Amino acid sequence: MNVTIVDYNSGNISSVINSFKEVAKKKVNIEVTSDLKKIKFSDKIVLPGQGSFKSCVNALNEISGLVDTLNEFALTNKKPLLGICVGLQMFADIGYEEEETKGLGWIAGKVSKINNQNGKFKLPHIGWNQLNIIKDSKIFKDIEDKSHMYFVHSYEFLPEDKNVISSTTDYSSNIVCSIEKENIFGTQFHPEKSDTTGLKIINNFINL
Amino acid sequence: MLKNRIIPCLDVKNGRVVKGINFVDLKDAGDPVEQAKIYSNGGADEICFLDITASNENRDTIYGVVDQTSKNCFVPLTVGGGVRSVEDINKLLNCGADKVSINTAAVQNSKVVEDSSRKFGSQCIVVAIDAKRNDGGWEIFTHGGRNPTGINALEFASKMEKCGAGELLVTSMDKDGTQSGYDTELMQKISSSVNIPVIASGGVGTLDHLVDGIKSGASAVLAASIFHYGTYSVNQAKQYLASKDIPVRI
Repeated sequence: MNVTIVDYNSGNISSVINSFKEVAKKKVNIEVTSDLKKIKFSDKIVLPGQGSFKSCVNALNEISGLVDTLNEFALTNKKPLLGICVGLQMFADIGYEEEETKGLGWIAGKVSKINNQNGKFKLPHIGWNQLNIIKDSKIFKDIEDKSHMYFVHSYEFLPEDKNVISSTTDYSSNIVCSIEKENIFGTQFHPEKSDTTGLKIINNFINL
Repeated sequence: MLKNRIIPCLDVKNGRVVKGINFVDLKDAGDPVEQAKIYSNGGADEICFLDITASNENRDTIYGVVDQTSKNCFVPLTVGGGVRSVEDINKLLNCGADKVSINTAAVQNSKVVEDSSRKFGSQCIVVAIDAKRNDGGWEIFTHGGRNPTGINALEFASKMEKCGAGELLVTSMDKDGTQSGYDTELMQKISSSVNIPVIASGGVGTLDHLVDGIKSGASAVLAASIFHYGTYSVNQAKQYLASKDIPVRI
């Protein structure tokens, strides 16, 4: 099996690579590439993302044909895809970080700044917070409710259809921290930095 | 709810841990990778490396250390010490650091903070502030606390927030190494004047000091000696904080 981590200059992805390689050992081939053909023929895709919504979308668009390839992979062929942090946020129609930017539009909704309630809550939301699992998700197999995950973000995904939300976390409001829509998965937290629980989630995705 | 973080810090020189002690099961007390693993297995919420390598020819040793640590520890890793430029930050991130802390360079040229936070995202840019009390408040120092700057710490903290820093690592030079507790007034003043998280550093000698640090408004507490010399384990520290009703990840 081939799992491809899409390398589109979205910031620092070494931790994502290290964690997937740790979990995959020798059973699964982890590819890190922006090569469209390799992406197309992978069994699964990981879409990381660090920095701003705008910079990540721009970086995706910089690589000619990448968005089409991802659309085909996720929407037409319906193969499993995991977005992490801004990788998840880009599923939305639109994001408001820096300036209004169009997302991939896979899941209707928008990405807005977390309401810090006039400074009552610090931003970025950095650190370990608990999952409130609200829907069975394949990537949460053997993951306990209220598990701690590592977050670092200032923006949140607000999907129109709440049924795609598989877990939330409490910070200022109920922040969406993971989604599952058919073959499309996303986590706002960083499984690659969430210790053994995070590695288990990565393992669940690899074993889908 | 968001938990308060406990961050053990290791001083690394020429690729080796300075004054490493022999934990049980530890093959090599000077190996930063092994020390980091002990901490992460013990529940550390993040790991921090401070590179204190003095000579330029040995500077690159930190990259190998970061690379190996990130392949073995799956909690966030912050690396600081001697970070001068956007290129230095890029190299550390590529080796597997999750955040980079900037001290002297941030004071000398705040553009480094602006440029790097724009390029890599605020989430990975930590500005380290070394502050010392003076008549009216606190003055910041650079070059590992050797050079006074005449700059007011509170003003500098706000400036760094505007430049795009994601977090501030605030060390009290008056308290550092004394084991007499954080400068809680400094932590309180800075954390209430900015909207980004503050990591308290400098002066921890007991577990109550960690409690005081969090109560002063810091989002995270950093300590070196108490963990390093085995006075307390990270897990003991967390249990103690929890017993004082401070939310921690256990």
